[in-house]
Amino acid sequence: MKFQFDSLADFMHMDGHGVFVWTAYALVYGILIYLTVSPLIQKSNFLKQQKKWQQLQKDSSNP
Amino acid sequence: MNWQWFHRLGSPRWFYEKTNAWLPWLMVCAWGLLLVGGIWGLGFAPEDAKQRNSFRILYIHAPVAYISMSCYYIMAISGAVGLIWKMKLPFMVMKACAPIGLGLTIVVLATGSIWGKPTWGTWWEWDARLTSYLILSFLYLGAIALQQAFQNRDTADKASALLALVGTVNIPIIYKSVDWWYTLHQPATLKIVGKSSIDPSMLYPLFVMIVGFYVFFTLVLILHTRTEILRRESRTQWVKELVLGKGEGKRS
Repeated sequence: MKFQFDSLADFMHMDGHGVFVWTAYALVYGILIYLTVSPLIQKSNFLKQQKKWQQLQKDSSNP
Repeated sequence: MNWQWFHRLGSPRWFYEKTNAWLPWLMVCAWGLLLVGGIWGLGFAPEDAKQRNSFRILYIHAPVAYISMSCYYIMAISGAVGLIWKMKLPFMVMKACAPIGLGLTIVVLATGSIWGKPTWGTWWEWDARLTSYLILSFLYLGAIALQQAFQNRDTADKASALLALVGTVNIPIIYKSVDWWYTLHQPATLKIVGKSSIDPSMLYPLFVMIVGFYVFFTLVLILHTRTEILRRESRTQWVKELVLGKGEGKRS
């Protein structure tokens, strides 16, 4: 198994196909990161919101 | 027959606690395989004789296409299980599938379009494979819209499950469209029955990417389902304790 390109510039350019290949890969890995991170952010927001709500309930029951 | 395991599988709390330990492993495996497979496909797999370097899009396009269709089946099966056994967890899995499936389907359409320009000379063609895939994205959109359209959660789940079940007819159409109609899209490269028309030096990175994407899909489905569990079970004691920080996913 060997690296198929002579230089980094060659690797980026890919005989004129680089713009298509790199755009496609950037899009896919971007969506993969979003799909991984978004539920973690939603969970963190949910926990914060619920904590605040529980605190409000506690305060209103013990004025 | 002992059905205890089946009922336990339907418990949101059991699922939330059980999957907590799996997440770091799934995260490492999924991202490890996707990085190795991606670098292998981009830089070390040989160039295709006809499509030249644009063929490297195959390593992301085909695996995402497989999982976006598998995701639809999981959404429909979860919906059916929820409707038949009236269990809560399958409906949560079904709801989690819809945005994941929509994201993946958009990626398949976009990468296919980007691949189409240097290979076919066009970004889009209204042929059978592309059109049936566009319908798949509308089915995911419909499932999300139905979830938002009803105030009553049970009604939303049932309507969404019915749409998912009806839409399953589109999956074999997508799969066989390249055989049934004349299309620009190439026929299947990997065959379950018969010899695959791809050289092993190109096949191995593809195999790594397919496994990586399936592990990744398992990971994100669990992550999205866990968030949905928290939302729906917010009034239960175990979620209240979790909010107060009395242990992440451990029985008190």
